Amino acid sequence: MYQGIRIAGFGGQGVISAGILLAQAGVEDKKNASWLPSYGPEMRGGTANCSVVVTDGEVYTPIVSAPDTVIVMNEPSLPKFEPLLKKGGLMIINSSLINSRPTRTDIKVVCVPCNQIAEGVGMDRIANLVALGAFIKLTGAVTLESVADAMKKVYKRAKPEMLELNKKALQAGFDAVK
Amino acid sequence: MTEKTLRKGNEALAEGAIRAGARFFAGYPITPQNEVPEYMSAYMADNGGAFVQAESEVAAINMVYGAAATGTRSMTSSSSPGISLKQEGITYLASADLPCLIVNVMRGGPGLGSIAGAQGDYFQATRGGGNGDYRVIVLAPNSVEELGNFPKLGFELAEKYRMPCMILADGILGQMMESMSFNFDPVDPNKLGKFGWAVDIRKNGRAKSKVFSYKGDDLIADVVERAKRYGLIEKTEARWEERDAEDCDVLLAAYGLSSRACLEAVNKAKEEGLKVGLFRPITLWPFPSKRLAELASKAKAVLCVEQSLGQLVQDVKLAVNGKTPVYLNAYPAGGQPDGNTILTAVRSCLNGGKEGLFDLQEHAAGFSYDCKRDESLGMQGDLKGGK
Repeated sequence: MYQGIRIAGFGGQGVISAGILLAQAGVEDKKNASWLPSYGPEMRGGTANCSVVVTDGEVYTPIVSAPDTVIVMNEPSLPKFEPLLKKGGLMIINSSLINSRPTRTDIKVVCVPCNQIAEGVGMDRIANLVALGAFIKLTGAVTLESVADAMKKVYKRAKPEMLELNKKALQAGFDAVK
Repeated sequence: MTEKTLRKGNEALAEGAIRAGARFFAGYPITPQNEVPEYMSAYMADNGGAFVQAESEVAAINMVYGAAATGTRSMTSSSSPGISLKQEGITYLASADLPCLIVNVMRGGPGLGSIAGAQGDYFQATRGGGNGDYRVIVLAPNSVEELGNFPKLGFELAEKYRMPCMILADGILGQMMESMSFNFDPVDPNKLGKFGWAVDIRKNGRAKSKVFSYKGDDLIADVVERAKRYGLIEKTEARWEERDAEDCDVLLAAYGLSSRACLEAVNKAKEEGLKVGLFRPITLWPFPSKRLAELASKAKAVLCVEQSLGQLVQDVKLAVNGKTPVYLNAYPAGGQPDGNTILTAVRSCLNGGKEGLFDLQEHAAGFSYDCKRDESLGMQGDLKGGK
């Protein structure tokens, strides 16, 4: 198993944080994992993205230039990352905020209304975890339990009730896809 | 073996250095290595050491010069343009025979360049960016695990041979997080024992120890004497890693981050039925020339993959010494290799093609060289050219 993932969205949507959580979950699962943020002179309100690799073997370069999976959380990220996706790759679209759809026909597309689902759970801000839940259901790259364990390490200062809410969002995303 | 944890490269390096007994750090901020001084500012004092944010890179390296003279495990870190500024201090440290650790988390150059990870400082690191006949031991990690474990090795080599040691990393290694573990127990610097040469407070009539950067009597004798140590290092301290290197048609030569993209190419090549191996120098000086020459003599071609425009390839050519053709697959100024682009160059090596191979003369003659870069990383700045 070698899963290269790109997660992209607006700054503030938690795409960087979701990526760290995913990489930490990989470590909890005794797999090898890497995470790399986009960094540099970014604009406020601009896009952010990160590369994550989770694998049973060794991580090659941490720059995922041909992802197996792309998670897009906002409109501008879709055209930016659609061309990079591997043939037969998976694109998870946050359909709460993205109206357009990919033009490629050689990829698998799954739409998840992440913000609506997160709101239903009780907090719009944790749409990133809904997307992560959907990703886990679709790829099996890590387990829900390992993400729950990872949360304790990544969000060290989070209150217990916030962690519970995060887990609910994760589960809701997991349940939202077949 | 301790459990693996997820750490950022720069933070693993800083933690590794403190665990290795570093008790003096001076530096000046620059992207993409800022997490190193940030970490040091948070944890150095708790470990009984001193952290100084200096007023400039020049001040920082000279503070290291002073601290190293006391026998304290001392270090600085910076990124390419900042390392250029430190060169005067580095050559003085070398001339004073003082051990210290210098970390370069490379970015695009020349000049201010970009903040993208790059490998353009190979010449500067291995050829001595400062003046005079001196060497610096250069360690090139290719993972967060090595970033965390090399400071100890670096200090030990620096002290054994009384000279500066450099860890040559790059912006991607510094910024990435990866599962890693430390392979050593924390070092208590108080138990390391004192160096006879170190400057400290001497009582009861014992002779003062002195550290000189200029002895003033016979410079030729000094330089020639010091070169004996350099020879010994070349003979005994070369380190490298091999993958499928004994039996391959194309031998890749790469260090640092590029070597990881090469591993992808080695594995993809297998699926295509191509025999590709990898030779990764871990010490860039001393360069593991002897072993590379042995392996190269069994291959049809050697392909050098570097994130610079023909620097590592010079050491590779010196080692191979014309016995096997050596080609270059280059990604300068923030360009990033991946398995596919390397495989394109591998095929060119085998079928006499030109795609993916950079040659300076052909380049000047107008042959187009397409250097891949990933715009979505968001750190390339406004870089023109590369074609």
